[in-house]
Amino acid sequence: MTTKPTKPSKIARTTTAIIPLPATAARAVTIAGAALTLAGTFLAWTWTSDFPGDLTVTGYPGGLQVLTLVGAVLTLLFALSGYNVRGLGWLTPGGTNSPVRLSALGVFGTTGYTIGAISYELGGLVNLEPGAWLSGGGALLAVIGALGLPADQPHDEDAGLWGKLRNALTAPEPGRAKDLSSWAEILIITAAFGIGLWVFSYGIATEYSELFIGFVVLAAFAFSAVLRAGLIKRLSALTAKHRNVTLSAAFAAAICFPFTQSNDQFALIGANILIFATVALGLNVVVGLAGLLDLGYVAFLGVGAYAAALVSGSPQSTIGVHFPFWAAVLTGVAASLVFGVLIGAPTLRLRGDYLAIVTLGFGEIFRITMNSLNGTSGPDVTNGSNGIPNIPDLELFGFNFGVPHDVLGFQLTRPGNYYLLMLLFTAIVVMVFRRSAESRIGRAWVAIREDETAATAMGINGFRLKLLAFALGAALAGLAGSVQAHVSYSVTPEQYQFAGSVPPNSAFLLAAVILGGMGTISGPLIGAALLYLIPAKLQFMADYQLLLFGIALMLLMRFRPEGLVADRRKQLEFHETGQTDVPDAATLPEGATGVAKAGA
Amino acid sequence: MTALLEVEDLRVAYGKIEAVKGISFTVDAGQVVTLIGTNGAGKTTTLRTLSGLLKPSGGTIRFEGKDLNKVPAHKVVSLGLAHSPEGRHIFPRMSIEDNLRLGAYLRDDRDGIAKDIQRAYDLFPILGERRRQAAGTLSGGEQQMLAMGRALMSQPKLLMLDEPSMGLSPIMMQKIMATISELKAQGTTILLVEQNAQAALSLADHGYVMEVGKITLTGTGQELLHDESVRKAYLGED
Repeated sequence: MTTKPTKPSKIARTTTAIIPLPATAARAVTIAGAALTLAGTFLAWTWTSDFPGDLTVTGYPGGLQVLTLVGAVLTLLFALSGYNVRGLGWLTPGGTNSPVRLSALGVFGTTGYTIGAISYELGGLVNLEPGAWLSGGGALLAVIGALGLPADQPHDEDAGLWGKLRNALTAPEPGRAKDLSSWAEILIITAAFGIGLWVFSYGIATEYSELFIGFVVLAAFAFSAVLRAGLIKRLSALTAKHRNVTLSAAFAAAICFPFTQSNDQFALIGANILIFATVALGLNVVVGLAGLLDLGYVAFLGVGAYAAALVSGSPQSTIGVHFPFWAAVLTGVAASLVFGVLIGAPTLRLRGDYLAIVTLGFGEIFRITMNSLNGTSGPDVTNGSNGIPNIPDLELFGFNFGVPHDVLGFQLTRPGNYYLLMLLFTAIVVMVFRRSAESRIGRAWVAIREDETAATAMGINGFRLKLLAFALGAALAGLAGSVQAHVSYSVTPEQYQFAGSVPPNSAFLLAAVILGGMGTISGPLIGAALLYLIPAKLQFMADYQLLLFGIALMLLMRFRPEGLVADRRKQLEFHETGQTDVPDAATLPEGATGVAKAGA
Repeated sequence: MTALLEVEDLRVAYGKIEAVKGISFTVDAGQVVTLIGTNGAGKTTTLRTLSGLLKPSGGTIRFEGKDLNKVPAHKVVSLGLAHSPEGRHIFPRMSIEDNLRLGAYLRDDRDGIAKDIQRAYDLFPILGERRRQAAGTLSGGEQQMLAMGRALMSQPKLLMLDEPSMGLSPIMMQKIMATISELKAQGTTILLVEQNAQAALSLADHGYVMEVGKITLTGTGQELLHDESVRKAYLGED
């Protein structure tokens, strides 16, 4: 303890801003800048409607202008909250100035990107109309003002510019919330999910990639701003209190989604995201809970899909049977389960890397076998690379999934129908995951992951439990596969690769779990949504997709190894402060309460 | 009286190297028996073999008259043998309470488990205070308490403790030893492996001294404590 490198008392700590301005002046500049940006969005930004979204209209913001507008309003609100304006205090229970900085940066990013895109696509700055200059200038002003606001947390006086900037974007945790009546709390949860649904459907429905990029930039900054303001913490305290309400609200929001989409293509994206997300959640049982690295998981989705396709009544199916849907689902699940046990039984006796290699091999063997069972290089079962096309649409209780239906005045299209069916299956998988994670078996899985020897000494039969996790994971993938076969009309071997440009594939599934957060429910769902949406929306980058994907993963592993949604255990694992035996006097009380709070 | 645990001519080998070269000892119900010896004497190997984590290459292990040689590790617990391993091996990212629950993995009597968890908290109050905290945040001594509490959760007939004092401060070590004598007073049968011969022998009914895979000396705790060769070799007296 005598050689501690830093003593808090030695270096003075201050909250000085990056740009030296008086705090009141800085706030005024920020507000003026945001207001100018806001005003600018009502003017024309360019002279021609060649730029997508038609930014030529005065008095009615459209396309990317809307994003700037939303960001500017958010900046204004956060900045005014810092003035202690009555009725806005609830916006910033955590940090007050860092949310202003983050949202101002978000506005600047989106507006700057728009101005850049207009100039680049139309050939020069001359294509900008005064509105763009007004908004751009306003956004710059807001950033300058925001950087002049004092930091929320003190930093070392001798910190460099980079250290100051990093610190300026952090904020203290919010204190305890005032107790509200429970209907008010439930209303807040509902409103939060409503906003979430709105943001998400807006992102899916972005019709051109410029709008999507602007959306992602703004959404990322706005989310960080809301996080720093302490609102997410407040919300998660509420959701933890009303878990069932939260789950129902989440599903209600998800049910509403297809009704918000008039375009078939976007509803189909929704359905595919759900399939991807459900499979990722299944993989999370194997990887997140039991700690088994499965690199060929997509093969189980394929087994389920092929099994369901063979009994679907498709004229190209080599088995000329037509099972009702429930039986087809059971067939898919059973087939995947059998394969799970067959692959797992010999390999799960091994530890660690061997399993990864064997599953990687199995994934490839599955694809190659499906290609080879074509009648020439093997018996004709799967039609080889042609796959099984013309899978008929489902019909359940007289409800044909293939045709549009009118529900309460909204039209529900074919992808919308399948989206809702898949949502039901997602709900089942969420429930299975939740129940098993909280059970005795779930605890045993985590114990095996942490220390297999100690788990054995507790009387846990490691092999049997690992096989159970593996088989359960496989069965859940088979469940999703049996729906996927119907959604995509056909199954072909090339849908089930280790890595490819279209998710789901094994690499992307694993990435969705790790990116989202291992061992959590919402993590893989969010991870899968992002990993599906980003490549689907930015198709002009298709050639560089795997490169960008790799870079993104490396950045994530460097800066947030526990994933976007952190499991409490993982957070401990990745952010250990070294030897706990010798408590650090300065940090212990803070860390101790943090852990206790997270556990409560 | 028949012995609870009877070990006869036990041999354990890692490949061709024999770590335990034919040892025999017994533990009677209600006794505290200790195995002492230096590093590499084969004490930990013996315990790991008893709990099924290693396979013996020869000899017999009988627990309540039942042959343990062929019983797999995860079944040994259900027979009533609990092992608190060397280096503690708690589950660091799980909460203290979940660690204790895992100790009762094979039991399904909810009320009994709840009662025993409470008993562990009574025995080690610090664990009760931090029940929701991750076990990895505990100090070494507290982790040792957790490992012992966890082993007790299976309601063992025989509790095997492997070097509970390893790496602990003198004060913490005294606390652990006091707990062991408290458990002894409650009638728990304990097989204690220790390097700290003084502490182990002073509370043991019976002791065995191990040297490079063999038992070289045996006697009651007090006899060994006063034995000249033991004092020279293990208690640092000339």
